[in-house]
Amino acid sequence: MPNRIQPAFPEHDTQAFWDGAKAGELRYQTCDACSGVVFTPRSHCTECGSTKLTTRVSKGAGTVYTYSVVRQNRSPAFADLGAYAVAYIDLDEGFRMLSGITGVSDPTKEVKIGMRVQVEFEPQDSGDIPIPVFRPA
Amino acid sequence: MATQERAAAIVGIHEWPKRLDPGVSALQIKAQSIGRALEDAGLAWKDVDGIYDAGDGEGGGGLGLAPYLGLKPRVIDTTSVGGTSYEFHAAHAMRDIAAGRVNVAVLSYGSKAASQRIPIGTGGPRSGGTWQTNMESPYGVTLIANYAMVAHRHMHEYGTTSEQLAEISTATRAHAMRNPDAVQGMKDLSFADIREITVADVLDSRVIADPLHLLECCMVSDGGGAVIIASKDVVKGTKKKPVWLLGSGEATAYKTNNNDITSSAAVQSAPQAFGQAGVTPAEIDIAMIYDSFTITVAVMLEDLGFCKKGEVGDYISGGRLRWDTPGGPALNTDGGGLSSNHPGMRGIFLLLESARQLRGESTSQVAGAKLAVAHGNGGLLGATHAGGTIIMAAD
Repeated sequence: MPNRIQPAFPEHDTQAFWDGAKAGELRYQTCDACSGVVFTPRSHCTECGSTKLTTRVSKGAGTVYTYSVVRQNRSPAFADLGAYAVAYIDLDEGFRMLSGITGVSDPTKEVKIGMRVQVEFEPQDSGDIPIPVFRPA
Repeated sequence: MATQERAAAIVGIHEWPKRLDPGVSALQIKAQSIGRALEDAGLAWKDVDGIYDAGDGEGGGGLGLAPYLGLKPRVIDTTSVGGTSYEFHAAHAMRDIAAGRVNVAVLSYGSKAASQRIPIGTGGPRSGGTWQTNMESPYGVTLIANYAMVAHRHMHEYGTTSEQLAEISTATRAHAMRNPDAVQGMKDLSFADIREITVADVLDSRVIADPLHLLECCMVSDGGGAVIIASKDVVKGTKKKPVWLLGSGEATAYKTNNNDITSSAAVQSAPQAFGQAGVTPAEIDIAMIYDSFTITVAVMLEDLGFCKKGEVGDYISGGRLRWDTPGGPALNTDGGGLSSNHPGMRGIFLLLESARQLRGESTSQVAGAKLAVAHGNGGLLGATHAGGTIIMAAD
């Protein structure tokens, strides 16, 4: 299994997101006051400041906005991955998420801007929180 | 240009010459650089009444640097926004001098990034739980990868190529080869091949994070320096030609749910700085732009207004950025972070080389250079970053 760095707690803004990951849910928030989409998770709306937010579950489908393939990382947590793709994913519900792209044999050739992807929750050796990553849809 | 306010000027400078210097501390680099810069200005140690500090060095910062130096400043500004902290400091020194709160401001920097073998660009993500790191650390997005994602998107939207971006690396290396401190630095840092480089050399170097190659990435060095900024009354008694600060702009930018990653904080900071200075990018002789990576310069040339968004690839082709090529600003004439020095926060060197050019002291001196822009980038292009713009004029 991969050995990605686990999120660390206590951390009040992201706790619910990672509770969601354990439940197999990709969670995001919308603002009850202005309907804005809030991501990454916070206790206030970044558009209007309201604290009346609703947590929702994304369908996990999105599009690659941009990406890079990391060839060199001194962190031992990523040593086993080889060259790996990191990307910004534009989810269909209107939020942009930093993530990784898996399910390709050669990320330098198979990952493209604009490609459709789907979330999956990747179990980790590093801890009990699975990490949401994306694979080609 | 007659209407510009000339209230504050750079009057003293010093750049730490060594790029690998295991025998000193970062605070010693700062203190000794301040002493040399004051000498350069013809000012005394106790003339300093404003300290601007990013908290670098061993135990520096608001409660650290003043006692270490032995100074009792009237203003302490500890703005710390990464590599462009020094443009922010210059902006704040301008403001404080104009308000009559400071007469002699000192900015300083010291770092041992090379001696301590700090992997700035390819280090692992920071651990510990914050609202940001908890959403980033699991993905192994190195510092370089953030910039690389900007490059990919720029290529996708505008057809920019690695060949075009490589022009930034070749121009800065050409400038570095004319700078003896940069050449000695490359020797001390064990560069494999110390010479001018070609576009092909850049493209043949290994990819660190697609699409950025090794020779599109800044080095990791030791270094530092100091800048003395003084009020116009103090300027009258200083030794060298003053370099006037005409305009400043500050901004931050960060990922949102729909931001254009190919635009940087300079979109906000540059109009503010150029507007205050009353000059246009077309008038600029010297462009000191934070070259952490080639894409950083490319995006900022656009955002500073040297060319339109998306057109930088064509703009930089044909050697336009070289010190001896007319038709555009000379870029990073000291050799830049790509080929002169990069101890982690390069913003101070943008001010130092601007001042050398506007005094006529650069090793790649542009004849009759009158106006310079220094634009720094702190943090991560493509993610959370700060941009500081300073416009300077020769006396």
